[in-house]
Amino acid sequence: MYKATIAITLRPSILDPEGKTLQHALTNLGYDEVDQVRMGKQAEVWIDAESEAEARRVATETCEELLANPVTENFDVQIESVPREAAKQGTA
Amino acid sequence: MPARFGVVVFPGSNCDHDAYHAAHHVFDQETRFIWHEEESIGDVDVVIVPGGFSYGDYLRSGAVARFSPVMQDVVRFAEEGGLVFGICNGFQVLCEAGLLPGTLMRNESLRFVCKDTPLRVENADTPFTNGLTEDQVVTIPISHGEGRYYADEDVLARIEAHDQVLFRYSTADGEVTDDANPNGSARGIAGLVNEAGNVCGLMPHPERCVESLLGGDDGRLIFESLLAHVSTVAA
Amino acid sequence: MPETLPQPPEVDRALALDHGLTSDEYDEILDRLGRTPTFTELGIYSVMWSEHCSYKNSTALLQTLPTEGEQLLAEVGEENAGLVDVGDGKAVAFKIESHNHPSAVEPYEGAATGVGGIHRDIFTMGARPICALDSLRFGSLEASRVRYLFDGVVRGIGDYGNSFGVPTVGGEVYFEDAYEGNPLVNAMSVGVVDTDRTASAAAETPGHPVVLVGATTGRDGIHGATFASAEIDEDSEEDRPSVQVGDPFTEKLLLEATLEAIREGVVAGIQDMGAAGITSSAFEMSASGGTGMDLYLDRVPTRETGMTPYEILLSESQERMLVVCEPGDEETLAEIYGKWDLNAQRIGTVTDTGRVRAHWGDDEVAVLDPAHVAGDDVPVYDRDTERPSYLEETRSFEASDVPDLEAADVEDALTTLLGSPNIASKRWVHEQYDTMVRTNTVVAPGPSDAAVMRLKGTEKGLAVKTDGNGRYVYLNPRRGAKIAVAEAARNVTCAGGTPVAVTNCCNFGNPNNPEVYWTFAEAIGGMGDACRALGTPVTGGNVSLYNEHPEGAIYPTPTIGMLGVVDDLHTQPTTAALRSEGDVTFLLTPRGWTHPDRLGGTEYLSTVHDRVAGDAPPLDLEEERAVQAATQALIRDGLVQHAHDVSDGGLAVCLAESVIHSDGLGLEATLPGAGRLDAALFGEAQSRVVLSTRPDDEASLETTLAAHDGVQAHRLGPVTPGGLRLTVGADTVLDASPETLAAPYEGAIPDAVT
Repeated sequence: MYKATIAITLRPSILDPEGKTLQHALTNLGYDEVDQVRMGKQAEVWIDAESEAEARRVATETCEELLANPVTENFDVQIESVPREAAKQGTA
Repeated sequence: MPARFGVVVFPGSNCDHDAYHAAHHVFDQETRFIWHEEESIGDVDVVIVPGGFSYGDYLRSGAVARFSPVMQDVVRFAEEGGLVFGICNGFQVLCEAGLLPGTLMRNESLRFVCKDTPLRVENADTPFTNGLTEDQVVTIPISHGEGRYYADEDVLARIEAHDQVLFRYSTADGEVTDDANPNGSARGIAGLVNEAGNVCGLMPHPERCVESLLGGDDGRLIFESLLAHVSTVAA
Repeated sequence: MPETLPQPPEVDRALALDHGLTSDEYDEILDRLGRTPTFTELGIYSVMWSEHCSYKNSTALLQTLPTEGEQLLAEVGEENAGLVDVGDGKAVAFKIESHNHPSAVEPYEGAATGVGGIHRDIFTMGARPICALDSLRFGSLEASRVRYLFDGVVRGIGDYGNSFGVPTVGGEVYFEDAYEGNPLVNAMSVGVVDTDRTASAAAETPGHPVVLVGATTGRDGIHGATFASAEIDEDSEEDRPSVQVGDPFTEKLLLEATLEAIREGVVAGIQDMGAAGITSSAFEMSASGGTGMDLYLDRVPTRETGMTPYEILLSESQERMLVVCEPGDEETLAEIYGKWDLNAQRIGTVTDTGRVRAHWGDDEVAVLDPAHVAGDDVPVYDRDTERPSYLEETRSFEASDVPDLEAADVEDALTTLLGSPNIASKRWVHEQYDTMVRTNTVVAPGPSDAAVMRLKGTEKGLAVKTDGNGRYVYLNPRRGAKIAVAEAARNVTCAGGTPVAVTNCCNFGNPNNPEVYWTFAEAIGGMGDACRALGTPVTGGNVSLYNEHPEGAIYPTPTIGMLGVVDDLHTQPTTAALRSEGDVTFLLTPRGWTHPDRLGGTEYLSTVHDRVAGDAPPLDLEEERAVQAATQALIRDGLVQHAHDVSDGGLAVCLAESVIHSDGLGLEATLPGAGRLDAALFGEAQSRVVLSTRPDDEASLETTLAAHDGVQAHRLGPVTPGGLRLTVGADTVLDASPETLAAPYEGAIPDAVT
């Protein structure tokens, strides 16, 4: 069993009002060194695959097909091997 | 000749009844709901992909809806030249499905906004706008949290070159300004058609303003355009 | 097979007290059972005997309210919401409910689940919700925590309602320091059902399957009801796990599936799972039906592993309902709910045992009498009352304690009031709500005293409003509550409706404090008087006590949700916006009325002089009824161009608001003078309506009014091309441009939140 941690981020050219608002809020809190904030989302996908390469292929496909919008978003896939039970923890 | 309307219903659609009410009760046209699991849209002249929160708008507005069985047939219908009209969430679905260029992102204000908006007509020579005149200003309400139209510069240039923009957010006098833009849409775009001109996406809700009792009826002009077009084609 | 569970804790008095039960209540349980309750049973008693579920501190008072009316179809307390026959084969289900404590801790989810919960109450009756209203109270917007709560609550209401697809068409928002640590979030839903298609909340027939429908069950919200019945303290932020998370998408599916199931005739009884989840629905349905239930908890579809029977029974996971049906219909239920991607799992059977028995595998984990847990045998308390000492001080105020306004300062005072967040435009709020979805909104929030909705398929509409001025109730609980009813009715009247029935939400502090309980008792007394006088029975509602925080109790705040019927949707809806230049405006008042020199409780006194003092404005219910009857008659006769009730900010604000709402039109008005200038302009004397008529209709207006004893109309002046010009006696005291009025009115709230 593999767990794919997928970071979906806005492409650099895309306006991110949420990130801009948060950057502004952080400046107000005194974090003058914070120069830029970009918001994105993270998906955790458990994949029952034979190999890490196979898991990566499946994860990448899910992004291209559904999880990310190619017009506005980039994605990055991290794969780790996890014990089978780990996938059943938490929500079902 | 009357037109036959089909209104697609996804789980989470909530303007489906409004589109049905407008087409059927107000304009007295044959209208049916098309459940998202149906594989054929049946014999219709116009498919409306209505507003709402299909599949809860989870992930991205419209992202999940495009994979439903009915959408495969809507794509076929569109490719064959059938009239497809996506309103609000329906616009988002059509973009996700690749029937329209660009995408719709979260409003620049980061807030949902529901209000009447003046729109300037950009192209009055389509099946959706033939009853209007260029530069006319109509008032139609918006109601969305993710209505900021985005496409990259090349795509925008192509859309403009092909005269695909139908409506821009404007002042009551027809000026397209930043203040009149309620969501940060690129070039104030509120609605557009595909290159062939048979698929339209519109963020504002014309189906909400077809009866003067509810405070305005400029939306009638769009429905009347569709009816005029269908009867011309049939004639 | 159910999982093996860890051994539950030993039940003793200390554990009962930890659960929020009193020592006396624990004795009552021991006495009643003749044994020590199981851990699960203790959990059941603790939630069902919380104020939120049992109304143990309020039943005695609420029973004094008028609940009879020929149009009422449901008995109070028997069903999830009031049901009013509006003719043409249609009934209206409506109810208001609080979600104060959850919203104080997590404003977004607290408000969202409040909206979800009240809509479920409506569609469990078979009614499709057609609109929502929200009555909100916050502290001063100057506090950053208050801005955070305000923003979160508004987003929560908007995101839930917008996605669910029911327009949010009105309500009110007040900002007072008294609500700083304990905001009030009261949500009202209004639904429509064909009178022959209503559903009941009783489990009446032994042998009927019991089916759990909707979402899966998780650990969210366990002890939410108990939490809602405790005072908020510094640690409440730590209680976040108790707050449920809403899913409007699932609720939309649940709505469509439930209405379909009721339409198909496969629902014998249905109850929403709000507070206390499966427990409340199972015990209440059994108590209403005089039956019992056998429940098999290991059949409940869960979304988390290792849940105990205790957790399953007390979970407040949202978007679930309990249905009982004829044997054999559970397959049809499963088909209908399955079509909408929802569970419909049989979890038990209605019995004639008079006991709800909860099983876990072969074990019985709870066996309790529904009447004792949720029925007529629940403890009821008469609390001690004592007139609050603060009233000595507040009542000692006289208008002469503050200097009268100079004519030169009128514009400043008026613009200050228009920029007070209590009076200023709430556009920032309602533009975040979908106010139009389902195309029934005839009059949306903004330029009207009440929202007007159409009833598709008829010529009729509904006028709906929530109201409740907590400051008035603080200064005079009995009178303040009367005013809340009278003003809500007046608003509905001004919008073109006839008030028919009331739902109430009683927000008060700790009932064990005799001074708090006195305000509660007085307010209920006043509410009853007003509802009787105005012919608007109370169809149900909700009580929220323990609204306190370290700095003190909230203002006692009974919120009134008023339902009115608009007989002719094409001619009667009326707004506060002026219509045509040359129209003539009148001030309609009780006969013989003159301006009193009173400022007690006014927004003017609070905003300009920073004083919350005096007595609430006097109100004579017979006078009120006469003014409303006359207004209704004038509207019916087609003589009214605009109408606006005189309320917060007095006559000057009433007139200014109409000018602000009327692009390109204004007013010239000569006010009945004499006495103090501030009281004439900004006094909040009750039973007053400003309305206009076409110049040609002046004579007809006089004729109609002649048939109404007890009212008089003072001619104020003409509708002009713009601005507001006010004359008091012989002196012009104001000549303001539309921009002067609109700038503070439109800008106040956006400026305060950014």
